[in-house]
Amino acid sequence: MILAALLLLLAAPLAAAALCLVVRKPRIVEQFNLVASVVSFACALSLVFIIDGTTHLFWGDYIIIDRVAAWVVLCTAIVYLLASIYAVGYMRLLKEDERLFGFYALFAGFGFTTLAAPLMNSVGLYWIAIELTTLVSTFLVAFERVAESMEAAWKYIMVVSAGISLALLGTVLFYWAGSFVYGPTYNMTWAALATASPKMDPILITLAYLLVLVGYGTKVGLAPMHTWLADAHSEAPAPVSAMLSGALLNTAMIGIARFLGIVRAAHLGVLPQMALVVFGAFSLLVGALFILRQRGIKRLMAYSSIEHMGVVALGFGFGGPLGIAGALYHMLNHSLNKSLMFFGAGNVMRAYGTKEMGAIKGVGRFFPAAGSLWLAGALAITGAPPFGLFLSEFTVMRAGMSPGFSWAVYLMAILLIVIFVGFINHFRGMYYGVAGGGEPAPAPFSPWCVAPMWLALIPLLILGLWWPAGIWDYLTPVVQVLSPGPP
Amino acid sequence: MPIEHLDPLAASLFSLLAIVSLLLAFAMLASRWLKNYLYAFAAESWVIAALSVLVGFTSGYPELYLIAALTALFRGMLLPYLLWRIIGRLKVDREIHVILQPSTCLVLGAFFVMFALAVAFRAAGTVHLELTAAVVALTVMLSMKLIGFLMLAVRHEAVSQILGLLVLENGIFLGSQILVPGMPLLIEMVILFDLLIVVACFGVLIRYLVTHVGTTSTLDLRRLVG
Repeated sequence: MILAALLLLLAAPLAAAALCLVVRKPRIVEQFNLVASVVSFACALSLVFIIDGTTHLFWGDYIIIDRVAAWVVLCTAIVYLLASIYAVGYMRLLKEDERLFGFYALFAGFGFTTLAAPLMNSVGLYWIAIELTTLVSTFLVAFERVAESMEAAWKYIMVVSAGISLALLGTVLFYWAGSFVYGPTYNMTWAALATASPKMDPILITLAYLLVLVGYGTKVGLAPMHTWLADAHSEAPAPVSAMLSGALLNTAMIGIARFLGIVRAAHLGVLPQMALVVFGAFSLLVGALFILRQRGIKRLMAYSSIEHMGVVALGFGFGGPLGIAGALYHMLNHSLNKSLMFFGAGNVMRAYGTKEMGAIKGVGRFFPAAGSLWLAGALAITGAPPFGLFLSEFTVMRAGMSPGFSWAVYLMAILLIVIFVGFINHFRGMYYGVAGGGEPAPAPFSPWCVAPMWLALIPLLILGLWWPAGIWDYLTPVVQVLSPGPP
Repeated sequence: MPIEHLDPLAASLFSLLAIVSLLLAFAMLASRWLKNYLYAFAAESWVIAALSVLVGFTSGYPELYLIAALTALFRGMLLPYLLWRIIGRLKVDREIHVILQPSTCLVLGAFFVMFALAVAFRAAGTVHLELTAAVVALTVMLSMKLIGFLMLAVRHEAVSQILGLLVLENGIFLGSQILVPGMPLLIEMVILFDLLIVVACFGVLIRYLVTHVGTTSTLDLRRLVG
């Protein structure tokens, strides 16, 4: 049963990618991708229920499905589904029909790699899966074939490949440290490393952990390794931006969380957590400063992603039941909300023909329904109640209320207020601002482009009003895996 | 056989090969001709292949022969050939705007090696491996990493950046052959294939860069800021 769901989850996007390359008709390939995303979502959702809280391993321990993996896969599958719906409407606007099969083949491939990466149980294979996500998404970023997107794609693959090679070095050092416990040849799984880590050399695994943190941190977009993120997110087509932000960043973040769990099992003091907390706090700071001064609409969303990954990093860094559950809950909320924001940004960008926020005026007048939806999303993304992010950010802050980390909580509170002000100020300009000339109203959005915004906002509102007890019960045992014992 | 029980001859041969490949990384730093980078990289890959054979022979891991063959084939021949074709098509044969003189780069590289040596001593010392092979392997691994980053930072031709990235990976590959020869075969093979895909991607991207941006110098990629 679990195996079947798992196979279907991964086979659907892979099959869609292959079919897209064979059929090549633009109106048919978009349906292939859409069907694959629906199937993947159904499987991911059912996996959360049927794994029943236990850890299952498949194919000679290479695949793991536990609560953590199932949760991240669910977040990814949600974004993949929403982005696939949105892509149908959005990609038709680009008038690139003859290259659309390539887009959907890569898009489904990207869906496959982001769904597969959290399921890797071998630390080496996890690295390879993360590397593959980069390679596939590079060409999605470069899809529009203009100078800006080429530049973004080049910086993306360059910075991320260089960063992730540090993670490979860290992985090799972890293997080496483990070989003093297990002997020269062993299967380097997350569990094997966690079991052996108390017996490993502390200096060696601290070094390895820091390398891994910087390496995967590059992929997550933690400041100061975030430089690729804003370019790639802003120059990719909007559905790809949503996938990059809502799906890709989480899959890399979960690797960091698992490594943190491994080194925490070794009781190395406060350093491993503190390193992640510092990166998280710095990401919040960088995100806040760039949000205030931002002019591009999609770059605004990109810096908001850096900020939210900072919040997730803080949650994992603080640790404990509240921190871990809050971080994972925040991942889900952020995935939903950032998809909504990128969809809205893509719509507005197409309608006004510009990415500059200064040129976008009167969204509320021209698009009362969809514009308000987007505005609600903007409120939600800044952590205002009554949306899900308020709850998860609040939980993360409560988790940090210990003597060692309280400075980070105060900093986070201040920066969140700054971000709220900056964000709402930008949206005030776009929503209520009056256009200079009496230009005609932009064309209305297609239903394909608005429906996924509703699909994202409604769960977000529900999750904000009511944190289901089931989610709490689901997330608390995860703490045993990701945050074993006090340091 | 774990690294603690190496016989002295094998250990010194390992060290020799590791140091040769470090010297080749310095050769890349010292030049500004793209072809020279390429030859140095190819030679470095062959040295690593030789190292794999040697490790396979002395430590009894026959699968390393396969890795050696694949390394020689992919990194020693196929990747350099692909890059050589790219260089030929681009009609760019050297770094035009030099950010740092090669001599300055060499001095910086030397400092990196010293730093790497200090880190390696600290890390290997605590696991009671005063054995030179492990320290040398760690040193070379870390310093090639740093030299690769230096190349990424001061070289701006697209091809030299790719080569810088490959030097980063060569360092890891070399170190892992000595430190963890028993790492599962599957992972090493997939990483090799992965590299091939990386370079293929870069090849495609460079072609896009030429047609859509009109340059392969990353100094000209400055539209996206803030």
